[in-house]
Amino acid sequence: MHKTNTTSLAQAVGVCIRREFLLLVRRPSDLLNPLLFFALVSLLFPLGISPTEAILQPVASGVVWVAALLATLLSLDSLFRQDLLDGSLEQLLLTPHPLSVLVMAKVGVHWLMTAIPLILMAPVLGAMLYLPTQAQGVLMLALLLGTPVLILVGAIGAALTVSLRKTGVLLTLMVLPLYIPVLIFGTSAVHAAAQDLPADGQLAFLGAILSLTLVLAPLGISAALKVSVRQ
Amino acid sequence: MKDTLLRWFHKWGSPKWFYDLSGRWMPWLAGLSLICLLVGSIWALAFAPMDYQQGNSFRIIYLHVPAAILAQSAYMLLAILGVITLVWRMKMTEILATACAPIGASMTFLALVTGSLWGVPTWGTWWIWDARLTSMLVLLFLYLGIMALQDAIRDPSSAARASAILAIVGVINIPIIKYSVEWWYTLHQPATFKLTEKPAMPMEMWLPLLMMLIGFYAFFAWSLLLRARHQVLIREQKTRWVTQLLDAKPATKSDPSESAKS
Repeated sequence: MHKTNTTSLAQAVGVCIRREFLLLVRRPSDLLNPLLFFALVSLLFPLGISPTEAILQPVASGVVWVAALLATLLSLDSLFRQDLLDGSLEQLLLTPHPLSVLVMAKVGVHWLMTAIPLILMAPVLGAMLYLPTQAQGVLMLALLLGTPVLILVGAIGAALTVSLRKTGVLLTLMVLPLYIPVLIFGTSAVHAAAQDLPADGQLAFLGAILSLTLVLAPLGISAALKVSVRQ
Repeated sequence: MKDTLLRWFHKWGSPKWFYDLSGRWMPWLAGLSLICLLVGSIWALAFAPMDYQQGNSFRIIYLHVPAAILAQSAYMLLAILGVITLVWRMKMTEILATACAPIGASMTFLALVTGSLWGVPTWGTWWIWDARLTSMLVLLFLYLGIMALQDAIRDPSSAARASAILAIVGVINIPIIKYSVEWWYTLHQPATFKLTEKPAMPMEMWLPLLMMLIGFYAFFAWSLLLRARHQVLIREQKTRWVTQLLDAKPATKSDPSESAKS
C-alpha cells in the first residue's frame, strides 16, 4: 500500500520475533513464575486429596492439565500489557503490515518460551503423581498440541482486556470456558494412554482444534487489539 | 432496490427510528407472549396427558425445553449481532447485543435449574456430569464472561465491540453443545425438537410445548426490546429527541410504550 515503506513483511516479522525474544529473556521472572505456579498447583493436589497411588493415578492427567492450563493463563496477563504501556503496541498497529501476522510472531515466541519449558516439566510432575510411564509421551504430545491453542485463545482475551486496569479475574472468567474442549480431549488422551488404549482419536481432535485456532485466532487477536487501543 | 436496502441499513444506525418502531411492536409482543404462555401452561399442566414412565414430573419439560432452546438462540443472536457490530458499526446492534446477554444468561440459568429439579425424580440426583449439562453450564459462564467484559469497559461502544469479539469466539461452543450428546454417551435424552423428523411425543403433549416455545420467544423479543429501549434512552440522553420526549411526559414513571406514541 505505502510506497515509502522499505521494510518487507519478513523483516518486520523478524524484528518482532527478535524483540519479543529479547524482552522475555531479559525478564526471566515472567518465564519462571508460571513454571513455579505449575509445579506448586500440582503439589497441592496430593496434599488436598490423598498421597496414595490408587487415588492419585486416575486423576494425574487431569491435575497436570488443569495446572498447565492455569499456568498458561497466568503467563498471558503480561503478553500485551508492557507493549501498551511503552507505546510499542500502537506502533505495531500503525505498521502497514498485516497485524495478524505480526501478532502471530509475538504469540509464537511467547509459546516457545513459556510452553516448551512447561511441556518438558510435565512428565516430572506426572511421575510424581504416579502417571504410568507409557502415558508420559502422550501427555507431552497432547500438551504440545494443546498449549498453542491455550495461548492463542488466551491472547484474544488478553488483547480485549489490555487497556483495563484490573484484568486478572476478568481474563480468567472470559477465557477459561473456551479452554474446556482442549482440557477434555487432552486429559482423555492421557487417560486412554494410561490404560494402554490408543489415544490417536483424541490427539487428532486436538490437532483439529489447533489448526482451526491457528487460522482464526490471529484475526481475533488483531481485531481485539484494534478495539482495545482505540478506546 | 439498492436504495431501499441502503436506507434500511442506515435506519439501523438511528436509535430514534428504533425507539419509535419498537414502541409500536412492544404491545403486540407482550400480548402474544402473554396469551401463548398462559394458554400453553394451562394446557400443559392441566390437560396434556401424563407420561407413562415419568408421571406428572415430566411436565417441567414445558419450562425446561423452551428455556434451553432460547438460551442457545440468544447466544446465536448475540454472535450475529456481534458480527454486524464489527462489520457495519451499527449503533442499534451494539445496544441490542448489550441488552441480549443478561436475558440469555437468565434463560440458561432457568434451563439449568429446571433440569436439575427434573433430575431428582427421574435420575435420582440433582446434578450429573453429563456432557449436555456441562456444556449448558459452560454456556452460562460464557454469558457471564461477556457480561463481565461489557461491565468492565466504560465506553459503551468499545464495550460492545469487545464483547462482540468474545461472543463470536464463544460461538464455537454452540456446536459442541449440540453434538455433545452424540459425542459422549450420557444420561441425557437426545434433543426433543427436531425439524427434520416427526416428533416422538404424541400431539397432545407436543402442541402445548410448541405453544410455550412461541410464548418464550415472544417474551424474549419483548424483554430484549424493553432493555434496548432503556439503553437507547440512557445513551442518547443528551440528544434533542430524548429531551423532548422526556419534557413532553414529565412523569418519567409512565409506560415507555405510551410515551413513544406522543
